[in-house]
Amino acid sequence: MSVLIGRETKLITLGFTGKQGTFHSLQSRDYGTQFCGGVTPGKGGTVHEGFPVFNTVEEAIKKTDANAAMIFVPPPFAADAILECIDAKMPLVICITEGIPILDMVKVKSALKGTKTRLIGPNCPGVITPGECKIGIMPGHIHMPGRVGVVSRSGTLTYEAVYQLTQRNIGQSTCVGIGGDPVAGTNFIDVLDMFNKDPGTDAVIMIGEIGGSGETDAARWIKKNMTKPVVSFIAGAAAPAGKRMGHAGAIISGGDDTAEAKFRILEECGVTVVRNPSELGKKVEEVLAKL
Amino acid sequence: MNIHEYQAKEIMKKFGIPVLKGMVANSVDEAVAAAKEIGGKVWVVKAQIHAGGRGKAGGVKVAKSLDEVKKYATEILGKVLVTFQTGPEGKKVRTLLIEEGCEIDHEYYAGLVLDRSTGKITFMASSEGGVEIEKVAHESPEKIIKVAIDPAAGFTPFVGRKLAYGIGMKGELAEKASKFFQGLYNAYIQSDCTIVEINPMVTTKQGVVLALDAKLNFDENALFRHPEIAAMRDPNEESAKELEAAAAGLSYIELDGNIGCLVNGAGLAMGTLDIIKLHGGTPANFLDVGGGATKETVEKAFSIILQDPNVKAILVNIFGGIMKCDIIATGVIAAAKSLSLKVPLVVRLEGTNVALGKKLLNDSGLKITAAEDLDDAARKVIAAAKGAH
Repeated sequence: MSVLIGRETKLITLGFTGKQGTFHSLQSRDYGTQFCGGVTPGKGGTVHEGFPVFNTVEEAIKKTDANAAMIFVPPPFAADAILECIDAKMPLVICITEGIPILDMVKVKSALKGTKTRLIGPNCPGVITPGECKIGIMPGHIHMPGRVGVVSRSGTLTYEAVYQLTQRNIGQSTCVGIGGDPVAGTNFIDVLDMFNKDPGTDAVIMIGEIGGSGETDAARWIKKNMTKPVVSFIAGAAAPAGKRMGHAGAIISGGDDTAEAKFRILEECGVTVVRNPSELGKKVEEVLAKL
Repeated sequence: MNIHEYQAKEIMKKFGIPVLKGMVANSVDEAVAAAKEIGGKVWVVKAQIHAGGRGKAGGVKVAKSLDEVKKYATEILGKVLVTFQTGPEGKKVRTLLIEEGCEIDHEYYAGLVLDRSTGKITFMASSEGGVEIEKVAHESPEKIIKVAIDPAAGFTPFVGRKLAYGIGMKGELAEKASKFFQGLYNAYIQSDCTIVEINPMVTTKQGVVLALDAKLNFDENALFRHPEIAAMRDPNEESAKELEAAAAGLSYIELDGNIGCLVNGAGLAMGTLDIIKLHGGTPANFLDVGGGATKETVEKAFSIILQDPNVKAILVNIFGGIMKCDIIATGVIAAAKSLSLKVPLVVRLEGTNVALGKKLLNDSGLKITAAEDLDDAARKVIAAAKGAH
C-alpha cells in the first residue's frame, strides 16, 4: 500500500520535449512508472522518444487515460499549465518547476478549491512509491519499498533522510516532497492525513524548514488526530532572521517560524524531534522498535 | 527585492496614493536646492537606506530653515546608520529624500502581506501607526484590523469600509482612506509585491490622508514582467558577493563563522549549517549550488567562498540526485588547482555516480579529507578549521 501514486498510476509530462522534461520522464519510465506521453502546445501529433505528444491535456487524457501529470514547464507559464490540468480534471498534478511568481500561485490555489485535482508542489522533488512508481527528480535507487512515510519541504534533505532509512534496511511506503514555496498545493497536514489512513504506513518522517506556520499547524493536527508516530527535523536553526535561505519560503519573519519555536511546538504535541539531521534514520529505527 | 522610500513613493503616486512633495538629493548642495524648490518653512531630511528604524538611528531630521537643511544633510550623508534591521555593521547613507513638512493629526498603519496558511493576500490596518507593528500585534492584537482578500473577487468596497471604520475613521476621511487602501491593493497586485507597508499612514490637520513612509518589497520570481521595477535595484544596498553568486545561478548568503560550505539543495544546505553549529563550529556561509551545477559553477562557488578571509576550512556536502557526484568532483579539483587552495577541504559525496566521484578525488593528488556521512563531515571540518587556527 501507499499514498497518491502506485502501480496503477498513468503519467503524462507537461513540458515533455524540453531537456529536463525528457530526461526525468525517461528516468520515471525506467523506474517502472507507466509513462504515457507528453503535452507540448504546437507539437501535438509528433512522437518524442517513442511517446506521443499532444497539444492539450484534455486530448492527452482522452487518448492515454492518464491520471497523473508532471510539470516541467518554465516558471512564467507553469501556473497556466496547472490551470489547464485543473480544467481537464486531472486527478493528480505534480509541479517540479521552481520560481513561479507568488501571485500566480495565489490564483492557482484559489482555482483548486472545489475541484478534484490534487496539486503537489510547486518547486518540489516530486513523489515516489518505492518499487512501484516515481514521478519527479529524486534518485530512484536510494529508495526501498517499506512502511515509513516521508513528507518534506526540501529535496536533497529528503534524499538524505531516505538514504539513512535504506541503509538501516527500513523501507518507505511513499515519499512526498511538498515543495519550498510560500504557496503550495498540498501542505503537511494533507499528507499526514493520507499516511494516517494508509494501512501500509507505520510511521512518518516530517522534514520542515524555518518560515511559515506549516509545521506548527501540522504539530497541532498531529496531537489531535495522528495515530502513528512522527519523527521530525526542522532545517534552519543556524539561519539568521530576515535572510532568505534559498527557498522562497524559508525566511524567518519573526514569531513562531524559527527552527527553535517549531522544535518546541512539535515536542509539545508529542512529535519525536531530531535536532541533528544525521540521526533521522536512527531515531526512526528506535521508534519502530517500540511499536 | 527591496527599493528605497523615494522609489516606493514614485510607485505610490502612480496608484493615486497621496504623498508629500519631495526630491532626491545626493549631495548637501542638492539637498538645499531641493528644499528651496519644494518651498515652505519646514522640511524633513530623510536618509535613504534599505532598512527600518532610521528615525531612532538619527537618519530622519526635521529642518526649520535652509541652514538646518544644510546642517542635517551634512550630518546624515555618508553616515553609517545602525538600526535594528541593518545588523551591527550598519548601512552607509548615499542618498537623501528632502520632503515638505506637514501637520500630522493622527498616525495609522496600513499593510498588505501574503498569509501563507490560506494562500490569500491579507490587508492589515491599525490606529496605532508610527510604531513597530510587531509590537502592536503582540501587545494589543485587537487594534489590528485584518481582511483576507479573495483572489477572484479582489478588493471590493466593503474591504475599504471595514478597514477605515475599524481604525476609527468617519465620514469623508473614511472615504479617502478607502480609496487609499484600494490604491495600495492595486499596487500590490499590479507590481507583484510581497510586502506593501505604509507606516505611518497619516491624516493631516487639513484632512488629507497620505503615505508618510512607504516600504515595498517585490517577488524576485516575478521581476521578469516588471523591468521598470527591476531597474530600481540598488547594488550598494546588497552584498556584492551575493549578487555575484546570483548571477552565476548560485544561492549564497554570507555568515560570520569560519567554515565555508558548498552544498546542493537549500534544505540540505541549511541542515549542513545546523549540524556544524550543533558540533560547536560556525559556518561562514550558506551556499546552494542548485541541481544544475556544472564544473564552472562549482569553481565559481569556490572562488566566492574563498573571498571571505575568515574561511579556515571548507566542507563540500553533496547528495547527488540530478546533480552527479563526478561533476562536482571535477569542479572541486579544477577549483583547488586554479585557485591554489590553501585551506583544508573536507568532502562528503553521496548519491548518483558516487564511486566515480570518489575515484576522481582520490586520483587527483589533492589533499582532501573524505567524510563518510553528514555527522562525520561536520566533525572533520570543525577539527580542520581549529587545526588551521
